[in-house]
Amino acid sequence: MGKAATALLFFAAFALLVPPAAAQPARIADGANRQVVVPAKVERVYAAGPPASMLVFAIAPDKLIGWTRAFRPNEAAFVAPKYGALPELGRLTGRGNTANVEVLLAARTDLVVDAGSVAETYVSLADRVQQQTGIPYLLLDGRLDAVPGSLRLLGKALGDEKRGDLLADYFESSLKDIRARIARIPQAERPRVYYGRGPAGMQTGLAGSINVEVLEYLGARNVAAESKGGLAQVSLEQVLAWNPEVILTSDPNFYATVWKDARWQNVAAVRAKRVHLSPHLPFGWFDFPPGANRLLGMHWAGKLLYPKAFPEDLRPRVVEFHRHFYHQEPTAAQLEALLGEPGVLPK
Amino acid sequence: MNASGSRGAAAYLGATLALAILAALAFAVGRFPVAVGDLLGAFGAKLFGLAYPLPENVETVIFKVRGPRVLAALLVGAALAAAGTAYQGMFRNPLVSPDLLGVATGAALGAVLGIFLSRDVWTIQAFAFAGGLAAVGLVYWIGSSVPRHDPLLALVLTGIVIGTLLGSGIALLKYLADPYNQLPAITYWLLGSLASINPSDLVAVALLVLAGLAPMLLLRWRMNLLALPDDEARALGVDTKRLRLVVIVAATLMTAAAVAVSGIIGWIGLIVPHAARLLVGPDFGRLLPLAMLLGAAFLLAVDTLCRTIAAIEVPPGVLTAMLGTPFFLWLFAASRKGW
Repeated sequence: MGKAATALLFFAAFALLVPPAAAQPARIADGANRQVVVPAKVERVYAAGPPASMLVFAIAPDKLIGWTRAFRPNEAAFVAPKYGALPELGRLTGRGNTANVEVLLAARTDLVVDAGSVAETYVSLADRVQQQTGIPYLLLDGRLDAVPGSLRLLGKALGDEKRGDLLADYFESSLKDIRARIARIPQAERPRVYYGRGPAGMQTGLAGSINVEVLEYLGARNVAAESKGGLAQVSLEQVLAWNPEVILTSDPNFYATVWKDARWQNVAAVRAKRVHLSPHLPFGWFDFPPGANRLLGMHWAGKLLYPKAFPEDLRPRVVEFHRHFYHQEPTAAQLEALLGEPGVLPK
Repeated sequence: MNASGSRGAAAYLGATLALAILAALAFAVGRFPVAVGDLLGAFGAKLFGLAYPLPENVETVIFKVRGPRVLAALLVGAALAAAGTAYQGMFRNPLVSPDLLGVATGAALGAVLGIFLSRDVWTIQAFAFAGGLAAVGLVYWIGSSVPRHDPLLALVLTGIVIGTLLGSGIALLKYLADPYNQLPAITYWLLGSLASINPSDLVAVALLVLAGLAPMLLLRWRMNLLALPDDEARALGVDTKRLRLVVIVAATLMTAAAVAVSGIIGWIGLIVPHAARLLVGPDFGRLLPLAMLLGAAFLLAVDTLCRTIAAIEVPPGVLTAMLGTPFFLWLFAASRKGW
């Protein structure tokens, strides 16, 4: 056998021994059933909006190249300093377009991820950006029920299936637990709820609106659910006619007014002191951004609406969620700031 | 009395009657069911101290929610129509609206800034009012310091340019606002609504509108002279520059106060003065009160529909144009009176 042949054989054997480390790009069906070819090694990910940022951050924080909006100091305190200091890159597609497509290219992005609606509009926007930049674009379904699936899918795309599955299992079991508790509550024991948005609390989410998905998931009786749609402005007279038993809000201005304004004092919720303000750090708990963050909102609202079915202390829940999704447990002071803010929980 | 005089009297009578009927109707309808007996009882109790047991919340609805809103619609409608009438006369141009010098756009920028900074409702209204005054102040200051130009033209052009600048400021803030939280609030403000009027807003607006209205009524005769070319008016002994400033200040005060609580409500300030002019002619003293009556009645009708036809509110801007356009076209076609 000649030297050359020996060498060739040696190489061939070596090639067989070496596992296929530099794997092939994978073809993944995303949340809108688009076939996306994801490179084998994804290192730099741009998330198109806060819900997507959260999912990418939860699975592979070091791959996230920036936030759509830079963290404010009070928000940054909830994540490790190096993540809190990630740059602001702007949003892409529909939900307020502030990023330049060139930013994606300049940042040497391997993958774009967006989470939220998978309606036709967003599918076509994803296709356009992908075509224009040549960067694969994953569109994930952002509905609460779809979050576990989105986490698994993203874990696969980011090369960390284990982490994706772990988070998905956690999220799924939490949802299951919540559903099981809700199922046992008779309709008559479910209070009628008004969700007030805006500085005067005069905007609300109608049936099917993403803003009240948490309420619908909790099987609550949203007073505004008689009509379908998104956000809508309503009159105070209408709210008085609905006479909700519980009012939830995420607006501190509205929360402060509701106790002072004479016109609200006869509303059942105000009389029963059942008006509550949702925590908002580092991401809001109730409806914005409409991402995985709302899991905490479900535990919180569940406790307010059905105290008997959700008797447990929220603190361990918050700690667990933060550990999973933000990679850092809140300090005692931070927990106090989140849950001890006036109005968050009944006294 | 001549023919046009009797026709003017008929117009006044008709407008007042329509206003009275509308106001009674507006008090009687709403999303919160109030029986007519309870309504009369509540008024009887309030006005004459009669004892009348009211169902829960009815008193709040009538006197703190619906009542202020009815009065606010009257007030805002009248203020916008009055400001529009004054501007159209002064600028000798039928296409002029109260926003010509940027009062509504300035107010909008102020309100949007307040929402962007997550302030409370009172601060947002104060920002809006201040923004409206500041915008017109700026326009007047620049417009009147441009030398060697027709003063009216200088004002109009400055108003357009500054208005555009303020508009881009609004656009910038909308762009930077949180799309899930602040952007919807901004959009609703810009659409205009009387949904969040409360009794204390009403008192402040009423005082400011009256403060703007007083000089207009006192100067109604001279207002007619502003329609003449400047040199002719001056020959008649009118200090046009000073008179113009007074009118601008008065109209701005009224409009800024109205817009601060209602948001942007278009159409009224532009079209209602025309409707009034078709009915009684161009004399300011006769025109102003009728325009105010019509503006008040019209916005009241629109707002009553806005708050009753669905569980959710309809933005008044949508209905003002939908109802106003056919009415105006009919009036336009039916009238033989000159402009």
